[in-house]
This record gives sequence, C-alpha cells and structure tokens, in this order.
Amino acid sequence: MKDRKLSFFLKSKFSGDNIFEGAVGLFAIGVLIIALLLFGELYLESGLSRNAFGFGFLTGSIWDPVSEVFGALPFIFGTLVSSFLALVIAVPFSLGIAIYISELAPGKLRAPLSFIIELLAAIPSVIIGLWGIFILAPFIRDYLAPPLSTYLGFLPLFQGPMYGLSMLTGGVILAIMIIPITSSISKEAIQTVPIYQKEGALALGATGWETIRMSVLPYARSGIFGAVILGFGRAIGETMAVTMVIGNSARISGSLFAPSYTMASVIANEFVEATSKLYISSLLEIGLLLLLVSVIINIIARILVSKLLRVEGGGRA
Amino acid sequence: MQNKITVNDLNAWFGAKQVLHDIDIGIEKNAITAIIGPSGCGKSTFIRCLNRMHEVVPGAKVSGKVLVDEMDIYDSDIDPVDIRRSIGMVFQKPNPFPTMSIRDNVVAGLRLNGVKDKNVLDKTAEESLRKAALWEEVKNDLHKSGMSLSGGQQQRLCIARALAVEPEVILFDEPCSALDPISTSKIEDLMLELKEKYTLIIVTHNMQQAARVSDRTAFFLYGKLIEFGETDQIFKKPEEKSTEDYIIGRFG
Ligand SMILES: Nc1ncnc2c1ncn2[C@@H]1O[C@H](COP(=O)(O)OP(=O)(O)O)[C@@H](O)[C@H]1O
Ligand SMILES: [Mg+2]
Repeated sequence: MKDRKLSFFLKSKFSGDNIFEGAVGLFAIGVLIIALLLFGELYLESGLSRNAFGFGFLTGSIWDPVSEVFGALPFIFGTLVSSFLALVIAVPFSLGIAIYISELAPGKLRAPLSFIIELLAAIPSVIIGLWGIFILAPFIRDYLAPPLSTYLGFLPLFQGPMYGLSMLTGGVILAIMIIPITSSISKEAIQTVPIYQKEGALALGATGWETIRMSVLPYARSGIFGAVILGFGRAIGETMAVTMVIGNSARISGSLFAPSYTMASVIANEFVEATSKLYISSLLEIGLLLLLVSVIINIIARILVSKLLRVEGGGRA
Repeated sequence: MQNKITVNDLNAWFGAKQVLHDIDIGIEKNAITAIIGPSGCGKSTFIRCLNRMHEVVPGAKVSGKVLVDEMDIYDSDIDPVDIRRSIGMVFQKPNPFPTMSIRDNVVAGLRLNGVKDKNVLDKTAEESLRKAALWEEVKNDLHKSGMSLSGGQQQRLCIARALAVEPEVILFDEPCSALDPISTSKIEDLMLELKEKYTLIIVTHNMQQAARVSDRTAFFLYGKLIEFGETDQIFKKPEEKSTEDYIIGRFG
C-alpha cells in the first residue's frame, strides 16, 4: 500500500493507473473536506441562534418568527416520532420480505423480487409525495383512521379529528420509503448465516420456521439491527415526501391524527422566506442538529452491519 | 452382534450428480463405527442420509433403504422431522444457538418437542451436561450465553444438546476437526463412555482417531463403500489395495 502511494510520487511518467488512483484519492479527500466544511459552516452560521437560546433551543416549543422566538422541540418531536412510527410499520414488513426472499422463495423468484423492492428506492421522493397527497392521505383518512379511532380510540394516539395530512400519513410514507433499505440489508444479514448454523436447528428436528426463529434471526440479529438503524437514519433525513404529507404544523400533539412538522421539512419550507438573521441562524441550527443525528446514526448502523458482514461465510465441509 | 441400522442399496445425488453408489452396510448397536476416506468421497453425505438431513439441500435426492430397528426411515408415511428428533447429530463446527443460554441450548430439542415444565427442563439439562462431561465446568454459568464457552466446550454443549432428546443413535461429522488436542481427547473419552448406551457413528479425517475410538471402520472412496470391518483388521490387514494406500497415506 505504502509502496504504491510512494511510486505515485516517484514515477516520472504518469501511467493511466496512477492518474486514476490520484484522481480517485483526490475525490475521496475532497468529499471529506466538503463534509467538514459543511459542518463548520453550519456551526458558525448557527452561532447567533446558539447564543440567543442556548440549550433552550432544544427544549423550547414555541416557533414564532414574528416575535423572533425559536424553539426546535416541535420539529425534533415530529422527526423522531414520524421516523419511529415509520420503523414500527416498516420493520415487520422488511423482515418478512427479507426472510421470504432469502429462505422461502423459490430460487427463480429471488433475484426479481429483490430487484423490484430495490426499485422502490429509485422512485423520486416528490413522486411518492404526490402519491401520498392524492391517494394515501385520503385513503388513510377514509379507511384507516375511522376503524383506528373506533377500536383504539381510548388511546390518545388515535383521538381527535383526522384531515388526511398528519403524523400518521407521514409515518406511513416514511415506512414505504425505508422498506427497500431495511429489507435489503436484513436480507444480506440473513444470507450470511452459515449453513451449519441452520443445520444445527434442522438436525434437532426444527421445522423451517422454527429454524428461522431459533437460529437464523438470532444469528443475523446485529446486521438486522443495523438495517433498522440505517432505515431510521434515512427516515430522519427524508425531506420532500414527508413535507408534502405531514401537515407542517409546529405544534406538539399526542395524536397521530394531528399534523406535525419535521426538522428537514421546516428547513425546506421556511429557508427562502426567512428574513431576519436570527431566523436563518435558527434554521441552520436545526440543520446542524439534523446533520449530527444522521451522521451518528449512520456510523452506528455501518459499524453494526460491517461487523456482521466480516463474520466468515457459511458452508459445510 | 446386533445391528441398530441396516442400509440397503443406498444412492444419493446432488442434482444430477450421484455422490453415493449402492451402499450396503450394517451399523452395530452400542458400538462406534468410524467412516474414513478422502475429502469429497461422500462421508458426510452418507451419515446425513441416516437422519434425513441430506434432503434439506435443494435438489438433493436419495434412493434405497435405511432401517433403524426394522423401521425404514424413508418410508413414505414418515415425517423427516420426527426422524431428526430421534437421531442426534454433531457437526464439524460447534453450532450452539447464539442467543440462548447454556441451559436453553441443551433443552432446545425438548422445547421443540413441546416440553414446557421447568423442572423437567432443568433436570434434563443437568443430566445431559453430566453425560457430555461438561456439567462441572458450567454448572455455575448455566444462564450465560452458549457462545461464551471455548470451542471444545461448545462442541460438548452440542453433544449435550443432542443427548437431551434421548436419541438412540448419534452421528458425528468430524466433531474434532476444529478443536485442539486436549478438547479432542475429551470428546474421544466421552464417545467411549457414550457407546454403552448409544450407537455412535463418527466421520473422521484423522486415522489415529478412528483407530483409538472405533470398533468398526468403513472406508469410502468416490462414493462407494470399499471396505468395512473390525477397526483392527482394517488398519492392520486391509483386504483392499486402495484401503491400504489410504491408510498409509498414499492419497487423500
Ligand atoms: N451442497 C452440495 N451441493 C452439491 N454438491 C455437493 C454438496 N455437498 C457436497 N457435494 C459434493 O458431494 C460429494 C460428497 O461430498 P461430502 O459427502 O461432503 O464428502 P466428504 O464429507 O467425504 O468430504 C463431493 O463431491 C462434494 O463436492
Ligand atoms: Mg464432510
């Protein structure tokens, strides 16, 4: 490795390989520098807001551009709750998909199924948002919310009027958007389970499903957990579709039927119209928070997933 | 001598590739039978046909008869899951269930059989761990993860897990190939104790191991049973030229 780098500088004649290697290296370093600059910029530019509100920025629930009082709690709440709701919905589906594709589906179906699920990730966010507004939101309002409030209405979660654009709709949209990543990474995790691990259960007389429960899922758990966290990270940062369906109201409500607002949405919606320096600075502080949370969550997820993928592959001798 | 298992005209395939050809063999009761032969000659496939594990591989096929106490395990009205519950198997790599405690690993098979009574499970866990010569080492750590044990202990845990369901036959597929010499000799001692009550079959690459533990030895080559007899005779006066070549290390 060292030699290769050294030779890059020493060789008088630049071969194609060397130029390529150098260019790729520059890009990699460039990306890192841009990320750091971005972070530094957000930090500096949010100084005004950090000085004005201090820690109270995180706990304040009033967002009032007119009197210049800014508290980010409604957005933090909206982001965390909608992302968590997305996980609650997406994880069972993703696990089901992952188990089906890697353990149960006939060999010929596996590749096409994976492809279709991953294709879902290629749909532009704004298209999903439009679908959310015109199809999903009315559907949830007319067919999902009434039974929820009839049968589970004793829970504060399902109380109050439902107009369509709501935390619930946002959560469902986010769930649809993270299913491709959580299911495909869970699938990879399940596929790394060594054959002898499954056969331990089968040889004890476990049925297929018992084998999945006793052996496959426990063995793949850290990778699956990583997949879930990665999905969470994706949900937290998702902007367009959720902005279109969540209702954009900076009020904290205990009901999933009420509209809400996310960190990403408030930046997207209000940045252009933010006039005062403090207003802009507060939006940038939300951006800083969002960046920090996403980076931390992604790092945790990557560590979990790579730990899993480094475990030796299966096979029987 | 009485045979526990009688194999008649056994053939096995992976897809179109035939890997076992017309195997006829009788496995003696309460004895250790060793299966030796070069890599890829079908040893694992053979013992996996004895508990219907061969067919879990997609495209794998079997023909012929395997009688365990007169009952053909390939009879059409027999559920392979029942066969696997009554014949134990220990693999080359120790494979405890990763999230289960030591105790839960041992009784996993009982649980599959629907046993829920805590006292029964505790009692069986202790008995099986004693039989597997592991009890003294783990009796204070029964609630720790099975993965916290050393490789040799994990393998004995897997033996305890197989014993817990009271099988009459236990199949070992190179059980010591991932273990150090001390753990290996513990497992060999254990096998010699177990043969009083169980019928054991061991696939091994290690000639000395076959000579040390087994009563009878079968030599496989290219999916065929070449020679089968008393271990002493196979190692001292093999009748077939290829057996002799293999034993003195001319191939494989
Ligand atoms: N899962 C499998 N799919 C296809 N062929 C296999 C599989 N497992 C083993 N084989 C082939 O079957 C033959 C016998 O294998 P095996 O019984 O594992 O041999 P041994 O245990 O004696 O090393 C070998 O040629 C091997 O390549
Ligand atoms: Mg083998």
